[in-house]
Amino acid sequence: MATRTIGSGSTAVTQDMLRRALEGRKVNVINPLVALTLLISLLASLAILVVLLWDVVAKSMPVWQERGWSVITNDLSPRPEETGMVQGIFGSVMLTVVVVILSFPLGVAAAIYLEEYARDTRLTRILVANIRNLAGVPSIVYGLLGLTVFVKLILEGMVGQLSGRTLIAGGMTLSMLVLAIMVITTQEALRAVPMALREASYGVGATPWQTIRHHVLPVASPAIFTGSVLTLARAFGESAPLLLAGAVLSTFFAAPEGTPITSLVMSEKYTALPIIIYNWSRQPQTEYIALTAAAIVALLVILLVVNAGTILARDALERRRIR
Amino acid sequence: MSTRMELASTVVEDAVSPGPSAGLAGSAGSSAIFEIQDLNVYYRDFHAVTDTSLNIYQNEITALIGPSGCGKSTVLRCLNRMNDLIDGARVEGRVTYHGIDLYGSSVDPVEVRRRVGMVFQKPNPFPKSIYENIVFGPRVAGWKGNFDDLVEETLVRAALWDEVKDKLENSAFDLSGGQQQRLCIARAIATSPDVVLMDEPCSALDPIATYRIETLMRELKKQYTIVVVTHNMQQAARVSDRTAFFSVDVGEEGQRTGRLVEYDMTDRVFTAPSMKETEDYITGRFG
Ligand SMILES: Nc1ncnc2c1ncn2[C@@H]1O[C@H](COP(=O)(O)OP(=O)(O)O)[C@@H](O)[C@H]1O
Ligand SMILES: [Mg+2]
Repeated sequence: MATRTIGSGSTAVTQDMLRRALEGRKVNVINPLVALTLLISLLASLAILVVLLWDVVAKSMPVWQERGWSVITNDLSPRPEETGMVQGIFGSVMLTVVVVILSFPLGVAAAIYLEEYARDTRLTRILVANIRNLAGVPSIVYGLLGLTVFVKLILEGMVGQLSGRTLIAGGMTLSMLVLAIMVITTQEALRAVPMALREASYGVGATPWQTIRHHVLPVASPAIFTGSVLTLARAFGESAPLLLAGAVLSTFFAAPEGTPITSLVMSEKYTALPIIIYNWSRQPQTEYIALTAAAIVALLVILLVVNAGTILARDALERRRIR
Repeated sequence: MSTRMELASTVVEDAVSPGPSAGLAGSAGSSAIFEIQDLNVYYRDFHAVTDTSLNIYQNEITALIGPSGCGKSTVLRCLNRMNDLIDGARVEGRVTYHGIDLYGSSVDPVEVRRRVGMVFQKPNPFPKSIYENIVFGPRVAGWKGNFDDLVEETLVRAALWDEVKDKLENSAFDLSGGQQQRLCIARAIATSPDVVLMDEPCSALDPIATYRIETLMRELKKQYTIVVVTHNMQQAARVSDRTAFFSVDVGEEGQRTGRLVEYDMTDRVFTAPSMKETEDYITGRFG
C-alpha cells in the first residue's frame, strides 16, 4: 500500500494516520447510550398515554354499543340508563366562550403593553414576576376567589341574584385562572419577534402602534393563537375551580324547556363536562363506571380535535403570510 | 400633532440659511445639517461615547470609522433618535438638525425618523412583498399619491427596478442579500428623507454587492445627505467626503469609552492625518 505523505518536514503525517484521526474512536459508547435513554423516556410517557386511552376506550365500549349517541345527546337523569352529557358539553363550550371573550383581549393587551410599551423599570419587573407567580397558583385557589368575589360579592351581593352560581360566574373564574398564562404565552410570542423588524419599522417613521399593528402582531399571531388555544384547552378540562364556583353537583338538573341562552348563561344553574366526570365517578351503581369512561372519551376527543384544528389553522396562517 | 407641525415648519425656514459653522472640519461651502456638540451617550451606567463634537454637511457622505465598540453606531443612532428604543440609553449634549435641538422636549422622534432614514447592518426587509416594503413608510406618514408610480420611481433611484420590476408582489426574502440591502435603501428613501444613515450597510455582503451599493451611495448623495458607519477603511476612502475617526479609551476598571480622534476631509484623514492615533490605525490596517 502506497503511503502518501501530507504536509512536509517533521510534522508530516501519512494519509493513514490522518484517516485514523478523522475516523475517530471506533467504539463510541456515550452517544448511543444517551440517545437510547432519551428514547426510552419518550416511549415510557407515550406508553402511559396509550394505556390510559386504551383503558377508558375499552371501559366505555359497552355504553357506546348499547346507547349510541344518546349518551352524548341526552340530558342528565337520575336513571343511569337514560342519562347523557349534553348539558355538560353545552356548559363547557359556553364557559370557553366566556373565557375567550374575557381573557383573550385582556391578556393580549397586557402582554403588548409589557413587551412593547413599558420601559424596563423595577416596577415592570415586579409586575412581570408577579404575573409568573399568578400563573403558578393552584386552580382551587382561583375557585375560592370565584366563589367569594364573583358568586357571593358581585352576583348575589351587588347584582342581587338569588343564586350567583351561574355559568357567567364560572366563566369569570376560569378567565382569572387563564389570564396570567395568556399574558405569558403572548409575551413569549412577542419576544420571539426580532428587534431588527421593529427597528426597520421605526426607521421609516412608523409610530409604536403602527409598528405593532403592521409588523409585530402579524409575525407573532400564529404563536399567540396557538398559545391561547392550548391555554383555553387547559381551562376546558378544569374541574376544581368550577366545583367551588358553583357548577351543579347532582346527577340531575334541568332548565325549563325553551329557556333563552342568555338566561342559561346569566341566571340558570349550569354544569360542565369535567364536573359530570367527577360526579359520575362517585356514583355507586356499576353502570356509572362505563358512563364515566364515556364522558372522559368525549372530553379527550373534543380536546384532541381542537388541538389538531389549531395546529392546522396555524400552519395555514403561516403559509398565507409571505414568510 | 402640534409638535409635528412645529418641527416641520422650522425645518423649512432654517434649511435656507446655513447654520453656524462650528465643528472641527472646515466648511466646504455646503451647510451643516447636523451639529453635534459635546455629545455623551450612556447605556445605564456605561459611558459609551464621550465629548464628541462634529458637523454633518449637506449632500456629502460622512464616514464614521474606528475599531469596533468605539461608539460609531451609537453616535449614528443619535441622529434619528433610534437610541430612544433602547432601555437605559441616555444622551447628553446637543444634537441639532437644521438648527433645531433634536432632543428638545417637543420633538417627536417619529417625525425625526421620517426625515432621517436608516439602513441597518443586516438587511432587514419587512416579511412582506417588495411592493409593500416600499409603500409602508409613505403610507403610515399619510402620503397621498400614486403608490405604483412611487414604487417605480423609488426602485429606479435605488438601482433595483430592472431586477425586480416583474416580481413586485414576491416576498422581499426571495431577493439576494445585496438586493435586499438595496431594497432597504429604497425603503429608506421612499419617504423622501433629507438624510440617510447607514450602519455598516455592506458588512454582510460580497464585493460585487458592496460595489453596487457604493455606486448607489455616490449617486444618492446628489439628493440626500449620507452618514455611513463602516469598518472597511477602503470603503470610507472610496465613497466618503469626510471621515470621522473614533477610538476607544480603556479606563482604570477596564471600561471602554469611545472618543472622536480626528474629523476632516477624507483625503486628508487618509493621506495626511494630523493625529498619530489615526495614522497608526490607518497604516496598521492597510499593512
Ligand atoms: N444596547 C446597548 N446596551 C448596552 N451597551 C451597548 C448597547 N449598544 C452598544 N453598547 C456598547 O456601547 C459601546 C459602543 O457600541 P457601538 O456604538 O455599537 O460600537 P461600534 O458601532 O463602534 O462597534 C460598546 O462597548 C457596546 O458594547
Ligand atoms: Mg456598530
